[in-house]
Amino acid sequence: MTHCGSRVLHVGSLSRVEGEGALSLHVHDGTVTAARLEIYEPPRFFEAFLRGRSYTEPPDITARVCGICPVAYQMSACAAIEDACGVTVDPVIRDLRRLLYCGEWIESQALHIYLLHAPDFLGRPSAIDLARTHRAEVERGLRLKKAGNSLMELLGGRAVHPVNVRLGGFHRAPSREELRPLREELKRALDDAWDTVRWVAGFEFPFAHTSADLLALAAPDTYAIESGTPTVLIADGTTESFPVAGFTDRVREMHVPHSTALHSRLDGRLHLTGSLARFAIGGRKLSPAAIEAAIEAGLGDPREGAVCRNPYRSILVRSVETLYAVEEALRIIDGYEPPARPYVDVPPVAGVGHGATEAPRGMLYHRYELTADGTVTSALMVPPTAQNQGAIEDDLLRLAQRAIGEHDPDDDALTALCERAIRNHDPCISCSTHFLDLKIVRTSGAIPDETSGGCDA
Amino acid sequence: MSAPKLAVFKLASCDGCQLTLLDCEDELLALAGTVEIAHFLEATSTVLPGPYDLSLVEGSITTAQDAERIRAIRANSRHLVTIGACATAGGIQALRNFADVDEFRRVVYAHPEYISTLATSTPVSAHVDVDFELRGCPVDKRQLIEVITAFLAGRKPDVPNHSVCFECKRRGTVCVTVAEGKPCLGPVTHAGCGALCPAYRRGCFGCFGPSGSVNLPALIPVLRRDGMDDDAVVRFLHTYNAAAFDKELTS
Repeated sequence: MTHCGSRVLHVGSLSRVEGEGALSLHVHDGTVTAARLEIYEPPRFFEAFLRGRSYTEPPDITARVCGICPVAYQMSACAAIEDACGVTVDPVIRDLRRLLYCGEWIESQALHIYLLHAPDFLGRPSAIDLARTHRAEVERGLRLKKAGNSLMELLGGRAVHPVNVRLGGFHRAPSREELRPLREELKRALDDAWDTVRWVAGFEFPFAHTSADLLALAAPDTYAIESGTPTVLIADGTTESFPVAGFTDRVREMHVPHSTALHSRLDGRLHLTGSLARFAIGGRKLSPAAIEAAIEAGLGDPREGAVCRNPYRSILVRSVETLYAVEEALRIIDGYEPPARPYVDVPPVAGVGHGATEAPRGMLYHRYELTADGTVTSALMVPPTAQNQGAIEDDLLRLAQRAIGEHDPDDDALTALCERAIRNHDPCISCSTHFLDLKIVRTSGAIPDETSGGCDA
Repeated sequence: MSAPKLAVFKLASCDGCQLTLLDCEDELLALAGTVEIAHFLEATSTVLPGPYDLSLVEGSITTAQDAERIRAIRANSRHLVTIGACATAGGIQALRNFADVDEFRRVVYAHPEYISTLATSTPVSAHVDVDFELRGCPVDKRQLIEVITAFLAGRKPDVPNHSVCFECKRRGTVCVTVAEGKPCLGPVTHAGCGALCPAYRRGCFGCFGPSGSVNLPALIPVLRRDGMDDDAVVRFLHTYNAAAFDKELTS
């Protein structure tokens, strides 16, 4: 039996992604004519109801966009509003913010590596199922994830929607003694992170190549997390930077039918943000241990410009970044001296502010417009998944086409391949206020019928 | 006897409450050994048909499709427990209930005609019978484990509905209103978080919604005394449980 003619598939919803959504794949006479990631998780209108709120509120309110990366929302909101008000925070507060952010990176990357992504490489439906045969590995993943959560719980009060962040810094800064017990847990996490790198390095990686522009923040002397300059590595190998304030001049959002997500293009081209982009842009700024881990994982030497464009291998980069975040957390804790005050004052100033930080799954941009009394009159958030959507669709199209050309997979196999291709990018659909559900449409000659199921070849 | 079937569903929400279940790192594998995880899209590709013994639902109803979906989930669930402020009170997206949703649509989307949404965000209990509502934005991990354990054991969850003030006293935290004059919703907010905000020297902002006995006429003058004008008071109450606090405000 052949599958390469025309058929229509519909799969209810994608699993092991954050949030829920749909995808349609149009196959016409064996050619994939379109791959569409349909994000239709119900709209929640954050940008509308933020108008009229006080400028002190967006850090807490926008955290609710995403339960997976609330710290990213808090940090981008603070950065943008402090920019509007012309305030720069003290280095020790910057360090504390980075420490909190490391907690989110560790938690979120470990979640993706172990609970969402690894089961694909081992042919299993879930980490829970995987634990039947790989109990020690899954327990290690949970332990690593928990170390990230411990950090957020101590510094932020809780792991989901931390309560301790405010404009200018924190409501309360921890004492040295309070941070000390975290050291033991993080030291264990460092071992677990090394074991994670070695474990995922042993996976088998199918071939894939994304030619999208890679966009990440770059910082002068460190791997950018909580601040930096947007920098893009174009497919032809050239690199270019632009100021955060110029973000919306370069990254344009478009609204497409059947989606509550707004798609983005960088200078009209597809771009990808997230681990692959960060590694390409800032890899040389990783710590010596993380660089060693990258080399050991087979990613090459980032000091010599190693770039990974195979999305399947993003799990390797995530594991290197997890190790880096654990090391960074230890470094910050070791050097920590509590600030005299946990925050700097941020008096309101009429104007516009921009902020961008690196959420675990990519660059998150915020922009706010304030009046002199600190009322928000406009708000804009560009989440990483909305930026990545075009590149993910491009990836899907290529992978599906290659598979059809090479081994003519049946509907189940093609569905599984598409779901994997999406998970490679760790999409956060709640972030984009959006939903995925897999629909494969195969046609021959006639107009595709998107609602019928089965194979007509 | 086969293991009870656990299902997790998501409506309009941020994913944080179901993530809280995955954040139970120490209990997750033990729980998975006790129940059959029959539907939990974020955690597993395995999807088993109902009926489910216990369904946990995150998120509010904001579309006609979700209003239909929750009826189907209810029909397929022996016990239905809603988790988090969205599912129990409509969530922050219920701020649309006090505004013009068509205007909201135009502000956020270039093509508002592509967007289908209801004019209100409502709790699950406005649509179907709910066996238990667990509050919080997000829910508390320990309370979530307690609720799951209680339903599996066939007993009532031990989740008191007193105010955050009780938890503050138990924790030995100095009152931020009395000592520092900071506005705090602790006296009217449902307990469950362990009085986190005062422990971090900020006033409670009500993310667990109204407690069992709310006295806003007594609290509002204190908020005013501590520097909030009328608009600020309304904003303070109009966040993650806006619809629930608004009921108290207008009652």
